[in-house]
Amino acid sequence: MAGPVQVVASLNPHATAAILEAPMVEIENLALWYGDKQALKDVSMSVPKHRVTAYIGPSGCGKSTLLRCLNRMNDLIDGVTITGAIRIGGTDIYDPALDVTELRKRVGMVFQKSNPFPKSIYENVAYGPRILGVSQRADLDGIVERSLRAAALWDEVQDRLGESALGLSGGQQQRLCIARAIAVEPDVLLMDEPCSALDPIATAKIEELMLELKNSYTIVIVTHNMQQAARVSDYTGFMLLGELVEFGVTRELFTNPRDKRTEDYITGRFG
Amino acid sequence: MSLASARKLWRSGEPFIWLTGGALALALIMVAGLIGIILANALGFFWPAAIVRLTLRDGKTLAGSVVERERIPGATGSYRIKLKVANRDLYGADFVWVDEPEITERTRPAEVAVIERTEWGLLIGTITALREGDRVIATGPAAWEEARTRLPGTVRLRAEIRRVERSDIGGINYQQERMRLQLRGLELRGVTDGPEVQALRARMTALQERYQEQAARLAALRVRETASLVVTAEGGKEKVLPLAQVLDVYFPNQMGVGAKSVHYVAKVWEFVADDPRESNTEGGVFPAIFGTVMMVLIMSMLVTPLGVLAAFYLREYAQQGTFVSAVRIAVNNLAGVPSIVFGVFGVGFFIYFVGGTIDQFFFAESLPTPTFGTGGILWASLTLALLTIPVVIVATEEGLAAIPRGTREASLALGATKLETTLRVVLPAVMPSILTGLILAMARAAGEVAPLMITGVVKLAPSLPIDGTWPFLHLDRKFMHLGFHIYDVGFQSPNVDAARPMVFTTTLLLLTIVLLLNLFAISMRNRLRRKYATAAV
Repeated sequence: MAGPVQVVASLNPHATAAILEAPMVEIENLALWYGDKQALKDVSMSVPKHRVTAYIGPSGCGKSTLLRCLNRMNDLIDGVTITGAIRIGGTDIYDPALDVTELRKRVGMVFQKSNPFPKSIYENVAYGPRILGVSQRADLDGIVERSLRAAALWDEVQDRLGESALGLSGGQQQRLCIARAIAVEPDVLLMDEPCSALDPIATAKIEELMLELKNSYTIVIVTHNMQQAARVSDYTGFMLLGELVEFGVTRELFTNPRDKRTEDYITGRFG
Repeated sequence: MSLASARKLWRSGEPFIWLTGGALALALIMVAGLIGIILANALGFFWPAAIVRLTLRDGKTLAGSVVERERIPGATGSYRIKLKVANRDLYGADFVWVDEPEITERTRPAEVAVIERTEWGLLIGTITALREGDRVIATGPAAWEEARTRLPGTVRLRAEIRRVERSDIGGINYQQERMRLQLRGLELRGVTDGPEVQALRARMTALQERYQEQAARLAALRVRETASLVVTAEGGKEKVLPLAQVLDVYFPNQMGVGAKSVHYVAKVWEFVADDPRESNTEGGVFPAIFGTVMMVLIMSMLVTPLGVLAAFYLREYAQQGTFVSAVRIAVNNLAGVPSIVFGVFGVGFFIYFVGGTIDQFFFAESLPTPTFGTGGILWASLTLALLTIPVVIVATEEGLAAIPRGTREASLALGATKLETTLRVVLPAVMPSILTGLILAMARAAGEVAPLMITGVVKLAPSLPIDGTWPFLHLDRKFMHLGFHIYDVGFQSPNVDAARPMVFTTTLLLLTIVLLLNLFAISMRNRLRRKYATAAV
């Protein structure tokens, strides 16, 4: 599928886009209810491999909910009903026979608020591999160093791997969470507003990191910062009231939105 | 001050600050006062007080140490002093009140000795002679010189007698008892004759012979030291004191500060490390220290896992709702149940039901003498574990609630199961809170007396719960406890006045032990906190 990226706009007014790249994640007619309240309405799209895909939209539009469907974190909430299908790498992730922990090992996640474990820096990164059964110290050492280097944190923490992760700055903590997520070498990396609690310098570092990481991972990011989506993502989806209003190549979506609501949002007329 | 300015003053917040500060100060003063009283009464007890000889107007003389001085009730301006004259066997009472106007002369005679002995409390008087049977060996100061050379021998002799009594004869008694139980067990199974029974009987006879030997040895030891001190007490009464009964002799009026300090340290050590004498009013409290610490440790080992597991279920697994809230309220209220009620429950459930059942199945041969069906350190510890479990549950639950949801989600998002998350992330993070709960539980347990009185604490336990006879740890044994010791010595002893300083020293010791246990747990918690640097309390 090399060559120029092609986008074929769907005629569906609900603005789904079929993308002619190798899809990593395919979402089909996904709907989700919290109890009686519908949070996602008939979302269909596909996320291409080794690209950064961003969801933007106003608060409460369902973008985080959609993201959390991809590693079934919504399972933890009581009263959630889901219809439709999600396939990652061709596997139906809502298949009842599927082991959800296996899925989550393949789909890593970085949260809005950095959440390192109250353990040492080393143990934070080694946690995932240990769960997977890696127990040789030499193997773990290699994984920790590689992950921290990939998260651009190695130089800052290599002398104090044994210290508590909670002593790091906010930006460092968030990069540690990224290192922790990629230590298990997932196929997909989900990022839920990873920079919302960070200052501009730390944000720039994380964004730089995302561009680096997309060579190895498929990244899906939720952001309420449109500039960030424009800077880092290859594809952007605009969500509103649980619907995926428009999905397409980022530059196209920002310069030439097809839907009036998208245009209103990105030009700041509401939201 | 007008109403408006009063309002203004109140609104400025200043009076409220004074109010809060005052409340704190009051609380601190009360605590400091309590500790001050305990320290003042406890610390002076072991210091060898000077002996004064008082000559009264009627020509009588008294010798002893001044304990108290107070205004004579009803009389203006005159005081009386309370003199500890000791010599209970000679005078009938340890203390005498003397009105100061009656005193014509006060001296500090250097030759007066204070003698600690195995019965009747202190003896205060002048050593006049040393006798061997009826033969006088030495008189005057030479008598003490001679006695001093002999004292180490009597100490060794006493230790020897004690060893024979405790280990040799005690060991034989123990084996005999076990054989008797084995015979009884065989009898219960219908075996009354045969090789097994014969063998046991033969061994019993052999043991009986060994017992006779040891008893003869003991009798020989007991009469080996025949020398005795002749001590003249004030008032001319003479006391012939067998040297074997003398524990310590000192002359307080001849001692300098250095000698007194050495004496003080020795007495403190004796108090901490020795067994009690004379129905607990003299000697040390070692068995009580041992019993208290061991009971608290057993209680901690029981209450921590139980409380932590219960808290984990309540917070991590149970469906939060009305029922769980009701359980939580019930657990919290359990902390308000009077401790004696827990004691009654311990007696009814643990001792009679559980212990009685254990006895029927495992110790049937010794019935009707109960083994576990009576109070013991295990049941006392279990009762206290029940008493302190709400503290551990509440502290652990609060710790669990303080762990951010994100921390758990991070672990789950890495593909960990709920169990792995709980064991590898939640448990280490909640450790400091568990220790906080344990600290509170230990402090409460160490100070509790009421439930212990009916579940296994005794005034005087013949042996410690841990000793050299198999199985070394005897959870069925009754034990001594510092809190009960305070009650017993202070209010149940035949000589309350003489034992009063012991109440304060024992209290101080109990406080020190609680403090040490707490400091240990706190330092452990701080180490964990530093290790994880968590914000959770």
